[in-house]
Amino acid sequence: MVETAESRTAEMQGRSWKDRVLQAFRSMMMARTFEEKLTSLYRGGKIQGGVYLGRGQEALSAALAHSLRDGDVFAPLIRDTGGRIGFGEDVKDALRTYLGSPLGPMRARDGNVHRGNPKRGYLPMMSHLGSMIPVVNGVLVARRMRGINGTVGATTIGDGGTSTGAFHEGLNQAAVEKLPLVLVVVNNQYAYSTPTSRQFACADLVDKAVGYGVDGRSLDGTNLEKCLEVLGDATERAREGHGPQLVVASLLRLCGHGEHDDAHYVDPQLKASPLGRDCLEVAESALLEKGWSDAVSLERWREEMREHVESAIATVQREPSPDPYREDWTALASRHLCEPYSESEG
Amino acid sequence: MSITYLEAIREAQAKALADDSRVFIYGQDVGPFGGAFKATKNLAKEFPERVWDSPISEDAMVGMAVGAAIDGMRPIIEMQFADFSTVGFNQIVNQAGAFYWRTGVRCPITIRLPSGGTPGSGPFHSQCMEGVYAYYPGLVVVTPATVEDAYSMLVESVALDDPVIFCEHKYLYYHLKADALPSEALPIGKARLTRAGRDMTIVSYGAMVHEAIATAETLQGEGWEIEVVDLRSVKPLDTDAVMASVARTGKLLCAGEAWPWGGVTAEVITRVATEGFALLDAPPVRLNAKDTPVPYHPKLWSVHRPTSETMAAAARNLLRS
Ligand SMILES: Cc1ncc(C[n+]2csc(CCOP(=O)(O)OP(=O)(O)O)c2C)c(N)n1
Ligand SMILES: [Mg+2]
Repeated sequence: MVETAESRTAEMQGRSWKDRVLQAFRSMMMARTFEEKLTSLYRGGKIQGGVYLGRGQEALSAALAHSLRDGDVFAPLIRDTGGRIGFGEDVKDALRTYLGSPLGPMRARDGNVHRGNPKRGYLPMMSHLGSMIPVVNGVLVARRMRGINGTVGATTIGDGGTSTGAFHEGLNQAAVEKLPLVLVVVNNQYAYSTPTSRQFACADLVDKAVGYGVDGRSLDGTNLEKCLEVLGDATERAREGHGPQLVVASLLRLCGHGEHDDAHYVDPQLKASPLGRDCLEVAESALLEKGWSDAVSLERWREEMREHVESAIATVQREPSPDPYREDWTALASRHLCEPYSESEG
Repeated sequence: MSITYLEAIREAQAKALADDSRVFIYGQDVGPFGGAFKATKNLAKEFPERVWDSPISEDAMVGMAVGAAIDGMRPIIEMQFADFSTVGFNQIVNQAGAFYWRTGVRCPITIRLPSGGTPGSGPFHSQCMEGVYAYYPGLVVVTPATVEDAYSMLVESVALDDPVIFCEHKYLYYHLKADALPSEALPIGKARLTRAGRDMTIVSYGAMVHEAIATAETLQGEGWEIEVVDLRSVKPLDTDAVMASVARTGKLLCAGEAWPWGGVTAEVITRVATEGFALLDAPPVRLNAKDTPVPYHPKLWSVHRPTSETMAAAARNLLRS
């Protein structure tokens, strides 16, 4: 059900375009299915803290992950459920992070979207927007220093995140180092409630590419095949040594900033515009139109995915919660350097 | 042969680069130019692939180091001045400091902070940041006061599996000299009894250790035996060594060059007051810089931070109490 990194590479190398589209589509559908369950869990009071969804951004996010290969690095942000699944994340691990299971990758120490598996090149985001860009750069520098060629690092940032100093420093650093970084700017028209007019004054965010001396591309983020095409090109250009690739995708956030937010401030005209299309519906129609799938198969997949998520929830809900009295309250790997009060007082 | 504190820092980096191919140095002007203070002189020539210039982007410098460290490298980041590390603060405290605890993946980075005041350096080239970084979990913070420690603690810092904030004191760069590099060393986490005494303990670190030694010498002429403890690392803080000294002398003066609110001196006094109250014959005394930005003019600067004169005055009061 969930693709592994290995199968991703086989797919990139051997499979047809149709199979690639279908595979990315399945990651999108899984992301949507998973997030719908998350919403129910959140409304049922089962999740501590916030829930931030990527509704409407699944095509872009999944296409990015499905453009990557084994050994590549991916640093997703809050709306990248599609990409996380496409990069091979087990939904159980996603759930473990939301539900605070100590068996999850973050062991209940960090939650919700702050999860990853660095050893697999899946970097766990921290909250501060822009701060993952230089971290991806660092992994790419490390690979280059060890003579490992052909690694691509991919990360995303919102329209709001482009206003940070971290974004500027990170992209400029990647450009100076000519790193194989694919930086996807997801312009979903809002940063929480703030419209783009309060965020930047350039005509188009892709204009920034020139200033940084990197390749820039624009993209309709609601169209899965376009996303696969453009991101596939961008990752390959990065892999071939042409330096950072800035891809600016336009779409609309089809949910609140978080599940606590009713997004009443979203302009109805934007909702009615092409930006407001639901990428999952667009992709489903395209599949049906091309005869690459049919209504029965789509429904069957959806059902299988629901069952998969349900069974993952059942498994994770049976897992123990963390024991604060057995927690290892030490923040250093060098245990001999931990202050004694780390152990005694907690 | 004689070697300065600054040369010891260069030598430690040369050794780290030579011993371990995972080590690299990244910072402003550290490449062919050899660094603003020449702490990386000739290193880019010897290790061209592993010593290079960064843009003026402290946030991205540290972020990049984190990425490289979690992928198996051992970066050394040179901040041009400790003061500029504030621009990389987020990556230092939130990314590097939290990474191991969050993920179980080690994040071995050494961040060198040319710290502390020198005459004429002013508000933005003089700061002592050790207390700020020590506040955050997940960071080791060291403050070498001798040429030997500058060398051995830097070598050890690079070998540690955690982020280390290496506060090297600029005031000591040129005028502190040793005959040779050390062949053995006290480990990070152990304080040093710099001078034995029985009437009072002065606990300090970094450049203040030398003011403390001068104070002890002055007071020796007045008949007092002052013990001087050099903390060496402020996190972890060697509470046992401090307590043992206070047990011998019964009196504690704690001096730091940092600002007075909170910080290392407050931490030392808190620990002694809470864990060793009965050892004290008099209330402990703290000595810190004035609570203003660091002044530019040498005359103003000379009284902004504690000196052997103000330390001796505070010590006399304490000795008489
Ligand atoms: C440096 C920083 N400041 C503030 C926040 C709080 N915050 C979290 S998400 C968000 C809005 C982000 O907007 P955008 O970058 O457009 O991404 P989107 O949520 O639209 O995907 C804000 C302000 C943060 N995470 N990091
Ligand atoms: Mg946005």
